[in-house]
Amino acid sequence: MSGLLTRRALVTAGITAAGASGVAAAGYFADRYGLIPPDHDGLVGIGETLTYGSQRLLTSHESLMREFARSAISKSAPVNGPAPRDEAYRSLLADGFKDWRLKVEGLVGRPASFSLEELRAFPAESHILLHACEEGWSYIAEWTGVRLSHVLDAVDARPEARYVAFIPFANPSQSGVVRVLWDTIDMADALHPQTLLAYAMNGEPLPADHGAPIRLRLARHLGYKNTKYLSQMIVTDRRDYYRKGRGTWYGGI
Amino acid sequence: MPGLALRYEAAIGALPDQTAAAPRRLLVVRITHWIAVLSVLALLVTGAGILISHPRLYWGETGNIGTESLIDLPIPFIIGPSVWNRPFHFLAAWVLVLAGLAYVVGGCVTRHFRENLLPVRTDLSWRGIAGVISDHLRWKRADDPWTYNVVQRLTYLAVVFVLFPGIIWTGLAMSFGVTSVFPVLATALGGHQSARTLHFVFAGLLVLFLIVHMAMLCLVGFASHVRAMITGYIPPEGSTR
Repeated sequence: MSGLLTRRALVTAGITAAGASGVAAAGYFADRYGLIPPDHDGLVGIGETLTYGSQRLLTSHESLMREFARSAISKSAPVNGPAPRDEAYRSLLADGFKDWRLKVEGLVGRPASFSLEELRAFPAESHILLHACEEGWSYIAEWTGVRLSHVLDAVDARPEARYVAFIPFANPSQSGVVRVLWDTIDMADALHPQTLLAYAMNGEPLPADHGAPIRLRLARHLGYKNTKYLSQMIVTDRRDYYRKGRGTWYGGI
Repeated sequence: MPGLALRYEAAIGALPDQTAAAPRRLLVVRITHWIAVLSVLALLVTGAGILISHPRLYWGETGNIGTESLIDLPIPFIIGPSVWNRPFHFLAAWVLVLAGLAYVVGGCVTRHFRENLLPVRTDLSWRGIAGVISDHLRWKRADDPWTYNVVQRLTYLAVVFVLFPGIIWTGLAMSFGVTSVFPVLATALGGHQSARTLHFVFAGLLVLFLIVHMAMLCLVGFASHVRAMITGYIPPEGSTR
């Protein structure tokens, strides 16, 4: 009887140890290949890790989001909360963001700050994409801007960079539920050919409610990841400060 | 522990012959059934939490408050719950999909589909199906409540191989990451909003199935059938419980 118990205990301990080291090894390799999201902790983090990891394996070939014809552009394009109402933003808006600059710093060889004119001097490109809110509604619009990877090349983003943080103007008029104080994206999205710093929408300068002067436009994410009213970008390898705002970090689902 | 197991086996062996020969619920079916119960409940609750943030359904690629809708649900827009319901929805979806894979693989290996769910050829006729339905309408008890009748088999097969795949497909068709790799998942359905609408149609059909499933369970004996789905063993013949 005791011999049986011992053997069973040994087998159980062996299986537990093998399982634990298997999970640890899987975690190590998954992290090395960029399959672990920053918000991997806790119960919800299990689902987030499975979703992010499997989607990063699926999309590792820089999968492109489908694009539409001009005739498919929606007549109505709602927003979740209007533009900032404070005096500083209003005066920038009033004179066409002449004094606005986008600071780019962090893990870059040449920290820089770009005016709207300087960003428009980069090669421009347009994409007609579906924009969907996590609440369920959607619209199609044409976005014009500079490819984010071109700006990251211009500041010489270092190879050890893992994320890019986007810091917007403060926007208290945005509803508390959807307000994002700042956000990060991984390098797979930052270097993606459809990822823009957009300054125009449907052929017009980006409207204030849609994030003027510049918003991030991520084709493979839901609306809330497309940070509006950008004022600063930080290239980083840190995963601990990844997002200040409600909702999960990965928006590809 | 080994002593307990031995006593348990002895007790099983001592049961009357007809019980030992009676159909058992398979282990893989029982485990995945209860995982599915928990995850489907979580998915329905969190799905409702997401829906109330925008209780309008559309057809095609796009739809918002400025466009025409297909269905306006008569409930107010409540902004906010979708944000924290979504991660639990996707966690429960992973649990259900993994349990579903285990169920399908296990069901093939144990011949569960062939022996318990595939209708017997002689039952598979309009007369056989109509007979089962008319027996139910006349409140006539089945001779053997522990084997699935032809309507039950067809319903379970439809839930497992049509409804759940449909829910998973329409769910994945709403994921931008997934449709960037497989755009056909969304375009074949008519677009992103069509996929969303069909997701709720499938969820509605699943709720309909659950209501009928619960009603039948209560009619045929809630406690004994729940116990059979937990332990795998059915009560000895003649026992009322």
